[in-house]
Amino acid sequence: MIHFGKAGDVSVDVSRGREGEASVPHEIDQSFLALPLRALADAALARARALGAEHADFRFERVRDASVRLRDGKPSGSSDSTDAGYAVRVVHGGAWGFASGVDLTMDAAARVAGQAVAMAKLSAKVIAAAGSDERVELAPEPVHADRVWVSAYDIDPFGVPDAEKTGLLAEWSGRLLAAKGVSHVDASVMTVHENKFYADTAGTTTTQQRVRVHPQLTAVAVDESSGEFDSMRTLAPPVGRGWEYLTGTGWDWDTELAEIPALLAEKMRAPSVEAGAYDLVVDPSNLWLTIHESIGHATELDRALGYEAAYAGTSFATFDQLGKLKYGSELMNVTGDRTAEHGLATIGYDDEGVAGQSWDLVKDGTLVGYQLDRRIAKLTGFERSNGCAYADSPSHVPVQRMANVSLAAAPDGPSTDELIGGVERGIYVVGDRSWSIDMQRYNFQFTGQRFFRIENGRLAGQLRDVAYQATTTDFWGSMEAVGGPQTYVLGGAFNCGKAQPGQVAAVSHGCPSALFRSVNILNTTQEAGR
Amino acid sequence: MSIVTSKPYEIVERALELSRADGTVVIADEDSTANLRWAGNALTTNGVTRGRTLTVIATVNGAQGTASGVVSRSAVTDDELEPLVRAAEAAARDAGPAEDAQPLVSGVPASADFTDAPAETSSEVFAAFAPALGEAFAAARAGGRRLYGFAYHSVTSTYLGTSTGLRLRHDQPSGTLELNAKSEDLTRSAWAGAGTRDFKDVDPGELADGLAQRLAWAERRVELPAGRYETLLPPSAVADLLIYQQWSAAARDAHEGRTVFSKQGGGTRVGEKLSELPLTLRSDPAEPGLESAPFVIAHSSGDASSVFDNGLPVGAVDWMRDGVLQRLLTTRHSAGLTGLPVAPTGGNLLLDGGGKRSLEELVADTERGLLLTCLWYIREVDPATLLLTGLTRDGVFLVENGEVTGAVNNFRFNESPVDLLGRVTEVGRTERTLPREWSDWFTRAAFPAMRVPDFNMSSVSKGV
Repeated sequence: MIHFGKAGDVSVDVSRGREGEASVPHEIDQSFLALPLRALADAALARARALGAEHADFRFERVRDASVRLRDGKPSGSSDSTDAGYAVRVVHGGAWGFASGVDLTMDAAARVAGQAVAMAKLSAKVIAAAGSDERVELAPEPVHADRVWVSAYDIDPFGVPDAEKTGLLAEWSGRLLAAKGVSHVDASVMTVHENKFYADTAGTTTTQQRVRVHPQLTAVAVDESSGEFDSMRTLAPPVGRGWEYLTGTGWDWDTELAEIPALLAEKMRAPSVEAGAYDLVVDPSNLWLTIHESIGHATELDRALGYEAAYAGTSFATFDQLGKLKYGSELMNVTGDRTAEHGLATIGYDDEGVAGQSWDLVKDGTLVGYQLDRRIAKLTGFERSNGCAYADSPSHVPVQRMANVSLAAAPDGPSTDELIGGVERGIYVVGDRSWSIDMQRYNFQFTGQRFFRIENGRLAGQLRDVAYQATTTDFWGSMEAVGGPQTYVLGGAFNCGKAQPGQVAAVSHGCPSALFRSVNILNTTQEAGR
Repeated sequence: MSIVTSKPYEIVERALELSRADGTVVIADEDSTANLRWAGNALTTNGVTRGRTLTVIATVNGAQGTASGVVSRSAVTDDELEPLVRAAEAAARDAGPAEDAQPLVSGVPASADFTDAPAETSSEVFAAFAPALGEAFAAARAGGRRLYGFAYHSVTSTYLGTSTGLRLRHDQPSGTLELNAKSEDLTRSAWAGAGTRDFKDVDPGELADGLAQRLAWAERRVELPAGRYETLLPPSAVADLLIYQQWSAAARDAHEGRTVFSKQGGGTRVGEKLSELPLTLRSDPAEPGLESAPFVIAHSSGDASSVFDNGLPVGAVDWMRDGVLQRLLTTRHSAGLTGLPVAPTGGNLLLDGGGKRSLEELVADTERGLLLTCLWYIREVDPATLLLTGLTRDGVFLVENGEVTGAVNNFRFNESPVDLLGRVTEVGRTERTLPREWSDWFTRAAFPAMRVPDFNMSSVSKGV
């Protein structure tokens, strides 16, 4: 469940980064290191051991997230929240137990460990009552002692005065509002600074720090006489960078803001699409979300095994299909990784102490891998987890969450213009907007920020009321060409939802532009019965 | 750092004392939760949590207007309190005039229990439920079925104090139970859910028995193509559609011409008839079993909320009465902008159309149509019409001559709830329901089943 992404020129090498390697110029915040992290961990793990836990892990988190919102250039809401606390998770009697707390005393940490063991005992009773013999076991992981990892950013956004943030958004809003045809502008920037300390009974201890930002602006046009309105949002994706992302590193804001008013005006005048089958050239700013929904979630093995069956759903890519399922055309190569520089799911070590890795999910169009955590890896015979455990707060249990799942560019592949040049009658899709997919990841429907008619290899103006609808394997099977590295962009979102209690994770998806043949296009006005 | 020991009201009072701002709002939220999750007739994850979040809202007057700064921290200790208050003041000074600025609310009588300890939940809330769940697992295993689901209970005690003298408290228990049954081969699936305040009124065995019946209905499979069908939407599905409509009902957005509730030529559609049926959509914080906060609790400002309105009394409001749109969501600020009455967001939502018949009675009176179980992955396609897309899930049944005759494939739908209000031909009796799609955010709902003569099933989904 999600949001956003752009066409253009931000290229990322997803192979970069090695297991557990510390990156970058920043050090872990002293205010985090000053907390009694190791003492609390020792107290909790010792109590868990004493109570007979087969495994225990301790995680201290401090997550600060802030947002600034402007409406027509004026402050319309802000927030600055810090969630801090710790969690103890145990395997006891073959069952999971989890508890969290906030009191920073050794007694309290030990008490929380006791609560986790109590929850495991409660679980064991229910499991026994059901006549099940299922036991929780974890795939082994090398011990990573005293590891430190910091994400790649230049300027901590929390070191930038709020007045500077508000001022920049107000100035950008003013540029859009000054343009003819722009009635309203919504602007916002979300920033996150995340610290995690992890320790387990095997001896792994990791301390990590991540920073991410998500700026966005939406211009709205209203024709009061006709009652028509529409909007156009920036395509700049959320990224694992700092405030430098808003001041010229990684995105060309001036160019994008200058283009939006004319594009919005053209969209307001654009004809309604004629429903039917079209060839699509899908820009990375739109395709990342299709990858997220139809590949990212479908290759989560916990989902494929049914652990999310009552909520997020299952997957058509069932475990028995590993190595057999024809996912898409032979041009389709998809990786999972937790190592891409500036990736939103990039980490040094996951929330089970597993080092970040990169691996194949789809190779030459065939399903060859899954996203794993330690329990699921052990259950299904994998030798090792690929490091996809994540919890979004100290009060939530780690679950298997999405890695950066990315479609590889063709090494000598075409430009977006060249892809468009190969289409006689089609549509070029740019930017994400609406999205929905079924509980087994078959049937999806997406809209976008703008749709351009393609006639005889050239763009011929925008269309309105467009949605594309397909079945996952049909869609990826229709992928006839993949763009080159020059078209590759790392898109993503802050707000991928999964699990119960609900958790939110940030994730990136890199992809090139790509050409799909004969995809079903709906007219959304007709769908509304108008 | 020290231990979190102070009582919530003492922290609120101390934060107010420390404040040097022109105005201050302090909100202390004491949360406790307990949950159980299961899959394939076995518990998977579980947990208990306990936490405190303190939110300080500082307002600072200036020549250009009043600014606000909002800072929240979990697990605040005594020595972190003053830095938190100063951070909120600094944020206000940095922010520039807030466009939603209003005088802070005053004159609301204090809550009698303001100085009392917070309410809380624990794993004990499942003391009777957990063994019953284990028995349901055993029965399902014996019957060749697999149970999946989630039970969640939370209690939040909110203490709100302001520099204008408000001292208010609200305790909010919330509970949800979701139960999903599947056949061993996973080709048939059924779902039931319930909202509860304390888990004393939910019986997993009874819900599981109902699901077993639905799985039995699905033993006969009927493939149907996309198209428009007479459809019976159960209360959960109706709630999900109309909750989204309510979230899209901000008066300011409508007034600015950018929602389905905008009027051509300017203004809003308040006063317009949306349904020929006598439908009333309302919120009431005193609704028995669905009680919610009787005053505004706003941790940040947004399109339909304002931190300046904290503590403002929330009463019963009819959003739609007898099919006519009566109110849109307003803050005091947006009420002034739009000329509409102040109508803060409610903590519950109810739809009543005077129907007396149960869903089973609606089925018995159906010649040929589809009976849905629930909807999923609902997303907005077009704000102009409020066109929504999503999926049917966990049971679409064919009704012929008043009886369920088999299970149908799932569909993707494209429909607008506003349009549905104009096309609905019958509603059943209103009952408490769990909105499946939005239950992470909204659980207090009472809705009737709804008969729509031409529901748009846009395409077939192979998903189960």
